[in-house]
Amino acid sequence: MSEKEQKQKTRKKDGGKIFLEEISKSSLTITILAIVAGLILGGLLVAITTEEVYQAFDISFWEGIKTAFGAAWSTYRALFYGSVGDPGKIIEAIRGGDANDIRWAFNPFFDSLVVSTPYIFAGLAVALGFRVGLFNIGAEGQLFIGATTTVVAAIYLKGLPAIIHVPISLIAGFIGGGLWGFIPGWLKAKTGGHEVINTIMMNYVAFRLCEYLLRGPLKNPDGFNPVSADIQDSAKLLRLFESPIRFHIGFFIALFAAFLVYLLLFKTTWGYTLRTVGANPRAAKYAGMNITRSTVIAMVLSGGLAGLAGANEVLGVNHNLALAFSSGYGFDAIALALLGKNNPLGVVLSAIMFGFLRNGAIQMQLSAGVPIDIISILQAFILTFIAAPAIIRTIFRLKEPDIDIDAVTLSGWGGN
Amino acid sequence: MSNKTTSKNINMISPSRRRTMGIIFIAIAILIWVLFSRTLEPGLDTSYRMVPGGSDQIFPDWVFSTIPMLNSLAGISLLLGGYQLARGFKKRTNLVLGLVGGMFIFAFLTWAAADGSLNLAGLLRTTLIKSVPITLGALSGILCERSGVVNIAIEGMMLTGSFVAALVGSLTNIWIGLFAAILTGGLMAALLAVLSIKYKTNQIIAGTVINIFATGLTSFLSAKFLQKYQELNNPGRFPTIDIPILSDIPLLGPLLFDHNIFVYALYVFIIVITISLYYTRWGLRTRSVGEHPKAADTLGINVFRTRYVSVILGGFMAGFGGAYFTLGSVGRFDEVMTAGRGFIGLAAMIFGNWNPFGSFSAGLLFGFFDALASKMSILKVPIPGEIMSMFPYVATMVILAGVVGRGQMPAADGTPYEKE
Repeated sequence: MSEKEQKQKTRKKDGGKIFLEEISKSSLTITILAIVAGLILGGLLVAITTEEVYQAFDISFWEGIKTAFGAAWSTYRALFYGSVGDPGKIIEAIRGGDANDIRWAFNPFFDSLVVSTPYIFAGLAVALGFRVGLFNIGAEGQLFIGATTTVVAAIYLKGLPAIIHVPISLIAGFIGGGLWGFIPGWLKAKTGGHEVINTIMMNYVAFRLCEYLLRGPLKNPDGFNPVSADIQDSAKLLRLFESPIRFHIGFFIALFAAFLVYLLLFKTTWGYTLRTVGANPRAAKYAGMNITRSTVIAMVLSGGLAGLAGANEVLGVNHNLALAFSSGYGFDAIALALLGKNNPLGVVLSAIMFGFLRNGAIQMQLSAGVPIDIISILQAFILTFIAAPAIIRTIFRLKEPDIDIDAVTLSGWGGN
Repeated sequence: MSNKTTSKNINMISPSRRRTMGIIFIAIAILIWVLFSRTLEPGLDTSYRMVPGGSDQIFPDWVFSTIPMLNSLAGISLLLGGYQLARGFKKRTNLVLGLVGGMFIFAFLTWAAADGSLNLAGLLRTTLIKSVPITLGALSGILCERSGVVNIAIEGMMLTGSFVAALVGSLTNIWIGLFAAILTGGLMAALLAVLSIKYKTNQIIAGTVINIFATGLTSFLSAKFLQKYQELNNPGRFPTIDIPILSDIPLLGPLLFDHNIFVYALYVFIIVITISLYYTRWGLRTRSVGEHPKAADTLGINVFRTRYVSVILGGFMAGFGGAYFTLGSVGRFDEVMTAGRGFIGLAAMIFGNWNPFGSFSAGLLFGFFDALASKMSILKVPIPGEIMSMFPYVATMVILAGVVGRGQMPAADGTPYEKE
C-alpha cells in the first residue's frame, strides 16, 4: 500500500520529497520491508533446496534461474491458493451457483480466519506483557492450561443452556491461563525471579501436567489415545456456516478482546499505569505507581488472554483436548506481537497474516511439497529484521528515525 | 574453586537464613519419618542391585532392612537441623543442604523399592548419561553469560548442531560430523553475537529468533531431505571406550569411565572452563566484562571482542552438545529431538550459580529425575512419571525465587554495551 502512496506522492515534486523522507523513517515501512525481505529470503531458500533447480543448472544457467523462480513462484502460489482460495475455482463455483461448491471454494479463506483466531488472543497476550516490560514466553503453557480448564468446564458442567455454558467455559480458560500467568508475575514482583526463565519453566510444567491429565484423569474412557472426551454441545462456539466451513464466532470474540485491550491500555488510568511501568519503572515508582500490582495484573491478563486462545481452540475447532492441539501458537505469538509493534490493531493484522500463512502452508505442503516448517523460517527472517531494524535500514538505505518510540524495553536477568 | 564474591556472601550468612535452613532440615527429617518410615510394614528389606551395565564386573547386591535405614536417615537429618539451629554450619550450609536433600531422595528410593529391588548402579549410570547434554548446554550458557550476553538460544544451537552432525556425519565420517556440528553451533552463536552486540537487539528476542529459526530450518531440511534419503540420516554413533586403569575401579569404574567420548569431554570441559574462568587472565577479563563492562573498557579490555569470543565459544559448546543427541545417543536425527534440553541446560546454569561444577551438579540432579521418571512405572509408587519430570523446572523456579539463597548472576548480564 505504501508503495502506491509513494508513487502518487512522488508525482508532486515538492511535497513528494518530504513525504518520502517521512515514509522512510516510519516504522510501518520497516515492517512492510521486513515482510518483503523475509518473503524474498524464503523464496531463495525454497529455490536452493529444490533438486530440480540443480538439475536445470546442469543444462544451462538461464534454465536454472528459470526453474529457481518457478519453484519459488509455485510455492507462493500454493500458499496463496491454500490461504485465500483458488480464484478460478471461486469464479467457477459462483457461476455454477451450487451452494456446496461455493462453500468449498471459500473454505480456505474462512479456515485462515479460524487459524488466525488463537493467534489474535495469544498475540494480544504477549503484546500486553511487552507493554508492561514483561517478556511472556509462557503463552504456550498458559494456552495449554487454559484449554485444560476449559475442557473440564465444557465436559463436566451439564444441562446448561449454551448462552451460559459458552461464557462459563471461556471464563474457565481465562482463569486457567491467568493462574499460569499469575505465578511468574507474582514471583517477579515479590522475589525478582526473571519472568523469562519462570515462564519457560512454567511451559514445561504445563506440558507435563497436560500429558499426565490426558493419560490419566481426563482421558476419554472409550479411547486409546491421550485425548479427552468430547465437550458438551452446549459449550461449542457457534459456527456461522454449514460444513465444511469451520468459521465460528470465536473470531469476533478475539476482535472484541483486541478492542478491550486497546481500551484498557490507551483509554484508562490503569492502562496508563501499566504502560508507564513498562516504559520506565523508575519514573513509575517515583510517581507513586504500584509496580508490584501492575506486574501481577499484567501477567494475569496476559496469561488469561493466552488461556482464551486455548479455550477458543477447544470450544470452536477441536471440541476436545489432545496433546498436539496447539501448533506452537504461543511461541509464534512472540513474533507476531513484535511484528504488530505491541499495538492491538497491529497484533490483529499480523495475527491474520500469520493465520493465512499457516493455513496456506498446509496446502503448500500437500501440493508444492514444501514442508510446513518454512513458515517458521519466514517468521525468523521477518522477526530478525523487525528486531534489528538497522539491518533493514542498511539494506534499503533508509534514514535513521529521530526516536524509536516502538522500542521494546525489557530488563536483563538482574531485573533492574 | 568458587567465585570470590559468592563465598564472601555465603560467609556473611544472615541469622534468619540460618534458622530457615535449620527448620528445613528438621522438616525433611519429619517428612522422611512420616511419609516413608511410618507408611511401611515392619520387617521389609530393600535390595539395591549394583549392575551398571556394559561391564563384566560382578558386584554383590546391597540388601538392608528398610525401616531402620529410613529412621537413621531421619535421625541424621534431625541432628544436622539441630546443629544448624544451635550453631549453624556457616559457609557449609549449602553443602549440608545438598546432603540432606540427597538423603531425602535416597530415603524416597529406599521406600519405593521396599520389599523389592532397584538397580541403583544402573540408575546412577543413566543419570550421568542424561546429565551430559544438560550440562553441556549449561556450560554454553556460562561462557556466554559470564561475558554479559544472555543466551536463551542454547536450545536452537544444540538443535542445529544435532542436525548438521547427522547430515555431515552420514556424508563423510563421524569425526567430521562432530566438527561440523561444533562449527554450526559457533555460526549460530555468531548470529546471536552480531544481533546482540553489534545491532544491540534485545538479547532475549535475538535468542528467541534463533530458536524459531533453528526449529524451522532443521525440521524443513529434515522433512525435505533426511526423510526422503534415509542414507543421509545414518551417521552412526561414537563407540563406548573404557579407560584402561580407571575403568577397573570397582563400581566407580564402570559407572564413570565406561562411556563414549562425550562423557569424557564433559569432564575435561568442566575442569578446563573452571580453570580458565577463575585462574587465567582471559577468565578474569571475561568475567569483568560481564560484571562491569565500563570499568573493563577503562582498563583497556576490548569489551566487544571479549563478548564475541565468549559467545562464539559458547556456541561451539552448544554445537558439541547438540552432536551428542545424534552421534552420542540415538544415531540419527529426529525433528525437534533436543526436546527442551537446552532450556533445562539454561536452568542448570542458573541452579549451578553460573559456575561449571555447580552446573554439573545441577545437571546430575536434573538427569537423575529424568532417569527416575522413566523408572517410575517399574517402582510401585503412586507418583506418575510426568509429575516426577516436573521437578527440574519447579526446582529452578524455587532457586530463582531466592528461597534457598539467591544466585549471583553476572551483573551486566543482558545489557548491551554502548561505547562512549
